[in-house]
Amino acid sequence: MLGDFFSRALVAGIGLAAVTGPLGCFVVWRRMAYFGDTMAHSALLGVAISILLSINMTLGVFAVAALVAGALLLLQRQNTLSTDALLGILSHSSLAVGLVLVGFLTQVRIDLMGFLFGDILAVSMEDIYIIYGGGIAILAILALNWRPLLAATVSPELAEAEGLKPEVSRILLMLLMASVIAIAMKLVGVLLITSLLIIPAATARRLSATPEIMALVAAVLGAASVIAGLYGSLTWDTASGPSIVVAALLIFLVSLTVPTARLFGRRESHGA
Amino acid sequence: MDMRMKGETLITLTNAGVRSGGRVLVEGVDLSIARGEIVTLIGPNGSGKSTTAKMATGVLKPSTGTVSRKPGLKIGYVPQKLSIDWTLPLTVERLMNLTGRFSRPEIEAALAAVGAGRLLHAAVQELSGGEFQRVLFARAMIRKPDLLVLDEPVQGVDFSGEVALYELVRSIRDTTQAGILMISHDLHVVMAETDTVICLNGHVCCRGTPAAVKRSPEYLALFGARAADTLAIYEHHHDHEHHDDGCLVGKHGEHEHPHGHVHHDHSEHDHAR
Repeated sequence: MLGDFFSRALVAGIGLAAVTGPLGCFVVWRRMAYFGDTMAHSALLGVAISILLSINMTLGVFAVAALVAGALLLLQRQNTLSTDALLGILSHSSLAVGLVLVGFLTQVRIDLMGFLFGDILAVSMEDIYIIYGGGIAILAILALNWRPLLAATVSPELAEAEGLKPEVSRILLMLLMASVIAIAMKLVGVLLITSLLIIPAATARRLSATPEIMALVAAVLGAASVIAGLYGSLTWDTASGPSIVVAALLIFLVSLTVPTARLFGRRESHGA
Repeated sequence: MDMRMKGETLITLTNAGVRSGGRVLVEGVDLSIARGEIVTLIGPNGSGKSTTAKMATGVLKPSTGTVSRKPGLKIGYVPQKLSIDWTLPLTVERLMNLTGRFSRPEIEAALAAVGAGRLLHAAVQELSGGEFQRVLFARAMIRKPDLLVLDEPVQGVDFSGEVALYELVRSIRDTTQAGILMISHDLHVVMAETDTVICLNGHVCCRGTPAAVKRSPEYLALFGARAADTLAIYEHHHDHEHHDDGCLVGKHGEHEHPHGHVHHDHSEHDHAR
């Protein structure tokens, strides 16, 4: 009953969720949701530029997303417009410039809907290699730098005073997000990437007592959303990318009804 | 123990100052801290106390002058404010391991020393202001730092806790020979063990022993004649131990809380920190 394309979609989606879960926790902790959105929107510009210059699309998307992040860092130092307004400018202008550029590319037919909302059912074996290769690299970097990354998230000032480099952690996180966006774009599209980062992590918060457990729970919940979403899309013949996001949303809503907060990793409570 | 020589200079600020956006936050600060020395910064709000501390820790680079640290200097830092978002689940135990890895017994000992032994598994967002301050203090000292920088370490801690924290600072200094840079939470309380009080108001307006500063004309001009009467110098008395609930026992050993109830500070209970 299951076509081969469906197994590939499952494998690819679960691999992606394993990465977006832990990384998404940092996005939630550092309040970078809008920032993630902005980087994701710039991915379409990356696609257009990759086609124009005929370079590898994953690399092109990564480069443009990283450039947009760098531009934001520089603009923030000017101390003029708020980060919020700067993100609004970068987010929508990079999306618009991307769309305009795509319009000029008359020699290539581009599946715009595919880039905006993803086409996980069209995933090839090569895509799976990229997702798992890139994903394992991203998770390894996260794991190796976990303590400084977390310390910089809790308090950059404290991390700096005690000999860590919070600015390096910040840049590292931006590069990791750019990488995830580059490998996720084909699966869920530029408009839905942030939801895979945010929703499983937000759901995991209510169920976790420590940051490490939250990262793990987010990965598992993300994978569950992929499985539920894909089977849902098969059953009801709905679009696969949005179905995954809807599944993630449903899991989030169910988690709100769970009465005991912090189920995982909770030891005996203190006497209060 | 290792050969920690008393008197070795840990950090020196020479004519150091910070400007931000054309505004001078603080300037012309000369300050050095040696092993076993306690330096206390006092001054009104906006006088550059925190800025000076941030220059010392390296969080802020001086725009004028120089800051030199002993190579490999290990700093323990208690920031003035630390707000941990609800979205980040953090137990006290995990917070203790934030910038380094420590064993369970080490963590339990550090928490017990500040009277927060029961809080090991508590979520940091559930702590009261005073409890959180104690935990931050334990977190800084578990690193066995060469230099302990305390930015208003007793804010939100009730009076008996405050006295006990000062005793703990003194006992850390005595046992580890750490240098201590402290920002006093109000002008009026300065530890008697402080070797140097530096009174800031955008620049150094006077310095000296607590008793000398209390009498100096610059201090009186800055804070008014009545301030001299109210500059309380906390002195340590051995016949005066606080063992009521909420007290800390620095070097006197363990202190049990038989009642098992929560510390209640008289200050605000800011759970959203």
